[in-house]
Amino acid sequence: MTPSDTPTDDRRDPAPLLELAGFSKSFAGFRALDGVSLTLRQGEVHALLGENGAGKSTLIKCMTGVVHRDAGTLRLDGALIAPRSAAEATQAGIATVYQEVNLAPNLSVAQNLFLGRQPTRFGLVREGEMRRRAAAVLAGFDLHIDVAAPLESYSVAVQHIVAIARAVDQSARVLILDEPTASLDAHEVEILFAVMRKLKARGIGIVFVTHFLDQVYAICDRITVLRNGRLAGSATTAELPRLDLVKMMLGRELAHATAERAPAAASGEAAGEREAAFAAFEGYGKAGYVAPFDLALRPGHVVGLAGLLGSGRTETTRLVFGAATADTGTATVDGAKVALASPAEALHLGFGYCPEERKTEGIVAELTVRENIVLALQAKRGALKPLSRREQDEIAARFIRLLDIRPPDPERPIGLLSGGNQQKALLARWLATEPRLLILDEPTRGIDVGAHAEIIALIRRLCADGMALLVVSSELEEIVTYADEVIVLRDRHHVARLTGEDVTVPGILAAIAADVPAGEQAA
Amino acid sequence: MNATSRLLPVAATTAVFLIGFLVCSLTFPNFASLRVVMNLFTDNAFLGIVAVGMTFVIISGGIDLSVGSVIGFSTVFLAIAIERWGVPPLAAFLAVLVISALFGAAMGAAIEYFELPPFIVTLAGMFLARGASFLMSTESIPITADLYSHLAEQALRLPGGARLTVPAMIMILVVLGGMVLLHLTRFGANVYALGGSRVSTALMGVNVTRTTVLIYTLSSALAGLSGIVFSLYTSSGYSLSAVGVELDAIAAVVIGGTLLSGGYGFVFGTFVGVLIQGLIQTYISFDGSLSSWWAKIATGLLLFAFIGFQQVTLGLARRSRRHATGGAHA
Repeated sequence: MTPSDTPTDDRRDPAPLLELAGFSKSFAGFRALDGVSLTLRQGEVHALLGENGAGKSTLIKCMTGVVHRDAGTLRLDGALIAPRSAAEATQAGIATVYQEVNLAPNLSVAQNLFLGRQPTRFGLVREGEMRRRAAAVLAGFDLHIDVAAPLESYSVAVQHIVAIARAVDQSARVLILDEPTASLDAHEVEILFAVMRKLKARGIGIVFVTHFLDQVYAICDRITVLRNGRLAGSATTAELPRLDLVKMMLGRELAHATAERAPAAASGEAAGEREAAFAAFEGYGKAGYVAPFDLALRPGHVVGLAGLLGSGRTETTRLVFGAATADTGTATVDGAKVALASPAEALHLGFGYCPEERKTEGIVAELTVRENIVLALQAKRGALKPLSRREQDEIAARFIRLLDIRPPDPERPIGLLSGGNQQKALLARWLATEPRLLILDEPTRGIDVGAHAEIIALIRRLCADGMALLVVSSELEEIVTYADEVIVLRDRHHVARLTGEDVTVPGILAAIAADVPAGEQAA
Repeated sequence: MNATSRLLPVAATTAVFLIGFLVCSLTFPNFASLRVVMNLFTDNAFLGIVAVGMTFVIISGGIDLSVGSVIGFSTVFLAIAIERWGVPPLAAFLAVLVISALFGAAMGAAIEYFELPPFIVTLAGMFLARGASFLMSTESIPITADLYSHLAEQALRLPGGARLTVPAMIMILVVLGGMVLLHLTRFGANVYALGGSRVSTALMGVNVTRTTVLIYTLSSALAGLSGIVFSLYTSSGYSLSAVGVELDAIAAVVIGGTLLSGGYGFVFGTFVGVLIQGLIQTYISFDGSLSSWWAKIATGLLLFAFIGFQQVTLGLARRSRRHATGGAHA
């Protein structure tokens, strides 16, 4: 199945319910959506999948009028519609239920179901009638609860069902479920699926956004995958095996990229394995966060973390850096047991961390490049030993030269730099502390191709200088070029550890797509 | 919060009032009479009326600091309109209600359209209304219109020499009307929803702008009505009257069990909160030797106690909810 034969495939099926054609949207020059189409049929559960930044949220917002699209047509039952707000979309018959339950938690279940359309007599709400109707609506979903009780007294799963019931009761034809299962446990997911099957039987079309591949194969009839704002493909669930789906999401063609693996990385493996670990983690984990894992980080050795969005990669790095606290397992640094309870402790042990969310967790946009670079070093030294202005200038000048940060002006607010240069300044911040272990979460995300290559070259150089590196990346071609070892994650478990010759794009893909419950596979 | 923990603050407020009344009755032999209760109603009518409006504002997650000034402005406007311009009192009443309602609508619109915090907008409204009343007159102007002396005499005579006065009747009607509006109409449900989650309320298709404008219109119009009652009570108009009443109203609302962060509360609780403040004043006037500042101190202590109590019940409710999650579906 390739993207090109999807349209023909679509035309074969009868009577589409909702048709999106040529949806495009740009934000400040960045193309978030580029000619995306999607067809939803009656009684169909349609999975909308894609990694971070693929354009799922933008597509949903454009469909429901929350964001105004630049181009594209939307047809419901063949008639063109153009909702300009979530309320208009709901009136037209397209309702959305978000991961965050968008109801009033303090109102009763009945009021939540009927807010704005309560049955009234002489201007007064008929409370008894409203409760009776609410109970009847929820009974249709096999939910028998006290509808007079406040919504917040029920579990998130029940709140989701109330939100869905409200949407459907307002004559929704199309229901968009935006990651409804992210905060539900397995039993609650089953309850939600039962509700979805009932809606299917009523002929309602459901767009289902999720990160969990198991759920896709459990409930969905059809899958549409977005990648970098474009349609990566669309197929029925039966026609699309897991491996193909993962490839579609990550955008891999198996043929190329494998040969690009750096010889240094391939051969350096044996040497690295012999060297003593700088930091080692055994049975390290946190309940409900990441399952216990073993991890050894050696000088001059790059460990890559690969997996889909939400698989536990970032969580692993946060545990290692002490930004989250493990509840099982031990951590040792230089052979001595350590308690990594806070980032400050990690910092003193010689760890450095470049987070994924550069804008929110990394840079301080209003401060200058110089101030951003010296931030971590100053924190490490403590407030009582301030760096003199001359020292700061020296450090800033050195790293601007070393990493080729442009423009080379240490006094420019960092928010005005391009994404790639911000990333380099962030790296400089940690390099200034002379870390022995550097953790990089998606170091090449959101930066242009030229800067990509520079960052990768830098990672290799740091490694050659004897630094230990732990790198999270969704760019599998990239990760295989510099990683000595790749750990594959799925559903918050470390499911595979690939070393040496096994570090290949197909190898990683196969581990991600393996159809085995994550808990039962040895890491 | 479940239904019981929601009613708990109001029940506690009512209990405090009853205990307070009992203490007063045991301390002063003549206290326990219908007459004292009716006087409590009359003396606090203006506060009760404005506090009902404040209840709507606070439940919706906002605040209205302008109401004291609006009361002051209303009394001055009435005195000047009736005494200097010769406007018939009833027409002047109508004018005050319209002006104050428009003033509230303007504040609500400013909050919505410029996305400003209610605190700042109504603080500006407070200065504006107070300034406008100073502009009209800095002196106390007596109102001598026939209607005023006539209305002052009008009262429902009750046994024991007690009188249900016109201000008290207006307050009771406002409290009852407020209860119906808040608890039994779609508008009332929207007010609660706004306080629960503004974003969600908008996503549920409620016209948030319209609701907010209406809430501040209501609060200001009730402040205007309160100004009318205040001028009836004092038979005068003075630009310095009702200074700080907005804070008394907020205190009454909070003592009445309404959460300052919005979403929870009852008009009845506010009514009892007003009565508790009145009770403290009455105790001090019965005692005769205490400074009236003790009323402020007692109100302050009560506020602390009630806010602490709310935090504890909220915490307990949240903990019990955590234990109960998941077991609710059949």
